Amino acid sequence: MKIRSNRGWLLVLPALLVMAVNAFIPFFTVINYSVLDIFRNLPPIWVGLENYQVVLQDDLFRGAFVRQVIFSFLILFIQIPLGVLIALSIPKKGWAASASLVALGFPLLIPYNIVGIIWRVFTRSDLGLAPLILGVFGYEYNVATNAADAYWTVVVMDVWHWTSLVVLLAYAGLNAIPDAFYQAAKIDGASAWRTFRVVTLPRLRSVLTIAILLRFMDSFRIYTEVFLLTGGGPGTTTTFLSDVLVRKAVISFDIGYSAAFSMIYFYVILIISYIFFLVLTNVGTGSEAPAE
Amino acid sequence: MATIELVDIAHAYVPGQYAVKDINLRWSDGVSSALLGPSGCGKTTLLKIISGLLIPTQGQVLLNGEEVNHKQPAERNIAQVFQFPVVYETLSVFENLAFPLRNRGVADSAVQKRVNEIAEILGLTDVLRQNAAKQGTAEKQLISLGRGVVREDISAILLDEPLTVIDPHQKWHIRRKLKQLQHELNLTMIYVTHDQHEALTFADQVTVMNTGEALQTGSPRELHDEPAAPFVGYFIGSPGMNIFEATLDGDAVRAQQISVTVPQAVIPQVQGQDLKLGIRPEFVEVSLTQQPAYFECEVQAIHLTGTAKILELSGMGLVFKARVADTFRIETGATVWANFPTHTTMIYADDRAINLEAEAKPL
Repeated sequence: MKIRSNRGWLLVLPALLVMAVNAFIPFFTVINYSVLDIFRNLPPIWVGLENYQVVLQDDLFRGAFVRQVIFSFLILFIQIPLGVLIALSIPKKGWAASASLVALGFPLLIPYNIVGIIWRVFTRSDLGLAPLILGVFGYEYNVATNAADAYWTVVVMDVWHWTSLVVLLAYAGLNAIPDAFYQAAKIDGASAWRTFRVVTLPRLRSVLTIAILLRFMDSFRIYTEVFLLTGGGPGTTTTFLSDVLVRKAVISFDIGYSAAFSMIYFYVILIISYIFFLVLTNVGTGSEAPAE
Repeated sequence: MATIELVDIAHAYVPGQYAVKDINLRWSDGVSSALLGPSGCGKTTLLKIISGLLIPTQGQVLLNGEEVNHKQPAERNIAQVFQFPVVYETLSVFENLAFPLRNRGVADSAVQKRVNEIAEILGLTDVLRQNAAKQGTAEKQLISLGRGVVREDISAILLDEPLTVIDPHQKWHIRRKLKQLQHELNLTMIYVTHDQHEALTFADQVTVMNTGEALQTGSPRELHDEPAAPFVGYFIGSPGMNIFEATLDGDAVRAQQISVTVPQAVIPQVQGQDLKLGIRPEFVEVSLTQQPAYFECEVQAIHLTGTAKILELSGMGLVFKARVADTFRIETGATVWANFPTHTTMIYADDRAINLEAEAKPL
């Protein structure tokens, strides 16, 4: 072994240090906490995987987990098609294109907590605009007491806040498709839907993969806006995983439980994202293409 | 089989700025022809007008005598191959070739038969079951081509610089396939290119375009020997034609100290117009010794091309190029004698060739 060959480590050291502070140390701290039972003023007690067991059997966790999965898939089912649809309807050039993009960019520029407050004010039954307008149509809207109202308001808020991201990604993807593809499809006599299926969608694959992963991860971790809008209620209708976690960690100060919860949370996101990635990068690329 | 005719076609993308204008062209059945011109001269615009991707601002597109101006591209029985190969990447090679047939609801058995036939000609039989996206550029271009001709009712195929992105060693392969297809399916083929070599070796009939106008249509030989406009002379040939600014001087057209006598009948036609003299470097006669009617020149530079030498000469107030055999022994700075034979020297009035013999004859 030559000493010289170790010099390379010096070059990656700064990056390693940053990674350590940024990721490794917090990550391993959490792993450490997750196997301990911690009480104030007492030495921590090693409990092995007991915390994990407790979390997985906890109805609060299970309920929030199911709600979270349903919510994230609902968000994807709405935002991805809607985003692509809006992107398709934005003009390719001219002032209207720029104006549309700027308008769509607005929701993305607003901080999460402000979004929550905006929607809180917008939906309040005493002074909000939403109950007023819906009241005109004879619908008695109440986000604080009606579970259905609270749930779909959270969904609409997220759609309002984040669909633009999908639109911007899809729009960039659409503009990168050469005209020749559409001209060829036209000459080949393909219908608009067929053209979308064989030209547009495959060419949007990479941007949509990014869009789906980002939207899945973000919606799976949703916290601030919901907390400000409904506080997780009424009941547990809009109580998602982060909400449970924050209550356990910061309010009850149940560190072992929260650490185990975090680890499970983290791996669930990682595994589902990886499955998405595998499926999206391989769908439709098989050598035996479906003869539709 | 189709005869394609363009009558008085003009197109402006921006009102008032014509990309092509005054186009009157005719392509007969089963002819392989080329549209040749520099980038931005309107070749692609013309192609799109024929295929129906573009509706011309003015004029008529006739297919077998029938006006098709407002027919959709899919209804025109014309295929187009683009500069960059277009394949539907989620489909197999087979489904790519079958795509136009499936869109028209052709029965599966007929699709199978036809696709296999076309794949056979193009040499794609072995890869039919593979994914189209995984093929090389040359194969992709063959797939685009095959998709164009797979329809039995296809009568013409338009090729928009189809070899630009193909590796040099595969160009010949694709050209051979093109020729073969044209032959076996008896297609009218229009090949757009900016490469004179591609155009002249591929097509029986070449149309030269510049700045939106069709300058001349003819066989490669005609374009070489009798360019109808200075641009044609300059654009075709390597090096291009020598072109000199000229003036009318009595009964002769004069460029510096060189003059070409013109028949009396022609004089009124060229009077007051912008005159030019043109001669191809290969038609300039060069001698190492003084000869009657030859004039003295100085060799300014020599370019070697392998089989020939291109001399840059100056004499009689002109600087011009002459092409001589590689065996011609000469050095820079030497004195030679040159001659512009009358029958190969062209006279242009307002960028149109004046046919001296025909015009001289009394009507």
